[in-house]
Amino acid sequence: MSSSRVFATAKRLLKQLRHDPRTILLLLGVPLLLMVLLRYLFGAQIAEFNNLAPMLIALFPFTIMFIVTSISMLRERMSGTLERLLTSPISKFEILAGYGLGFGILAVIQVALVLLVTFGPLELTTKGNIAMLLLFSLLDALMGTSLGLLLSAFANSEFQAVQFLPAFIFPQMLLSGIFTPRNQMPQALKFLSDLLPLSYAIDGASRTASSTTWNLATSVDLTVVVFAIPLSLALGALTLKRQTK
Amino acid sequence: METVLDIDRLYVRRSGNLVLNNLTLEIHGERVIGLLGASGSGKSTLMRCLVGVQRIESGTITIMGLPAGAKELRRKVGYVSQSPAVYLDLTVMENLDYFRSIFSLPYSRLREVVETVSLAGAQKQLASSLSGGQRARLSLAIALLPSPSLLVLDEPTVGLDPLLREELWNYFHELANQGCTLIVSSHVMDEAERCDDLVLLRDGKIMFHSTPATLKASTESDNLDSAFLALAKRVKSEF
Repeated sequence: MSSSRVFATAKRLLKQLRHDPRTILLLLGVPLLLMVLLRYLFGAQIAEFNNLAPMLIALFPFTIMFIVTSISMLRERMSGTLERLLTSPISKFEILAGYGLGFGILAVIQVALVLLVTFGPLELTTKGNIAMLLLFSLLDALMGTSLGLLLSAFANSEFQAVQFLPAFIFPQMLLSGIFTPRNQMPQALKFLSDLLPLSYAIDGASRTASSTTWNLATSVDLTVVVFAIPLSLALGALTLKRQTK
Repeated sequence: METVLDIDRLYVRRSGNLVLNNLTLEIHGERVIGLLGASGSGKSTLMRCLVGVQRIESGTITIMGLPAGAKELRRKVGYVSQSPAVYLDLTVMENLDYFRSIFSLPYSRLREVVETVSLAGAQKQLASSLSGGQRARLSLAIALLPSPSLLVLDEPTVGLDPLLREELWNYFHELANQGCTLIVSSHVMDEAERCDDLVLLRDGKIMFHSTPATLKASTESDNLDSAFLALAKRVKSEF
């Protein structure tokens, strides 16, 4: 693997975004706006906000990175540039790693801004460790990127790719414990929820925000999230076919 | 002359239809080879086979001693698809610079290819704001970056004004003189005249492979247009 080709790909993705300031504004501004909305939605119920905010801090980068990545990769497929790359010396893994790195950098900026605003002006108070919450949010963003790369292979048009949000992300969101605690779900749904990587991401974020003690459950959350990333990247690499019909 | 490309009994099926049907072809180096045929005759599919992105049913394609699509060939075989494969949301230079890093080439190469395709004046323009012809030239410039020994160009002159077409064809011959082999598809017959060799494709089969002069002589025509017609009629009556 050549790291220079990975860096070049990440740089290229970020340059593409730079020519599209409105997308950058939406990417970085929308999560902030939603957090402000959430804060005023709860008004005096500050305990509710403190409980819900860490979960949403973890959810936003996951969702947004999923959409951005799947659309970018789809465009790459449709414009013929992916085919061009596959006839060049760059390897599939270098392409995927470049995507992970490029959008990962974007996710760092996004998560840092959200944390700054929610812990600053919005006065989120948690007992837990902010650094750990930051770590979980970043891993969630990378998980969104890698799942987006994987899923983009199954979309033939932008319409289909956008439909993956309600089809693929919303069910995970409903079952992730944001709306109902996971241990209060009916058995079958709890089982389903246990199979979905987002559940562990949200659990991890909320656990690290609410307590400073590290326990087995936190380690499980972290392990699942960390392994879901290379797993979906590897599956994504399988979908990058050099030869097509 | 060295054999650059050797295709042996190639079959390609796309959605049930046999697009390339028992195609055998040998191409010698340092020439400009025109690949001609009506749309749907299999030109683009054949070109995709050469760069290893087309799934084939059977047969072999050997390029400079290696199977088509081999890793070692990715610097040696340049490919320009019919619709320009460029990043529309990057400038001309940014597009070129990305592929420059992928091929690990020096920066000086950027200036060279930009001038070759006459895009120096549009360097900082976004590819989305380029005209169709400019986009096609950017796509060609990317393929030229690693100085490939075999260039596969799918209709590179579509939408270009006669002056630019003239310039590009002169450049193709210059490349051939420098040791590059070019396979250029076209459906414009006046371009056939500019090729060293012609390969005529019809229904996934080679109908003719020789020089323009031989084609004219064998059909007793004084121009290629009528030569094609005569040949097509002859082939039709043979079947």
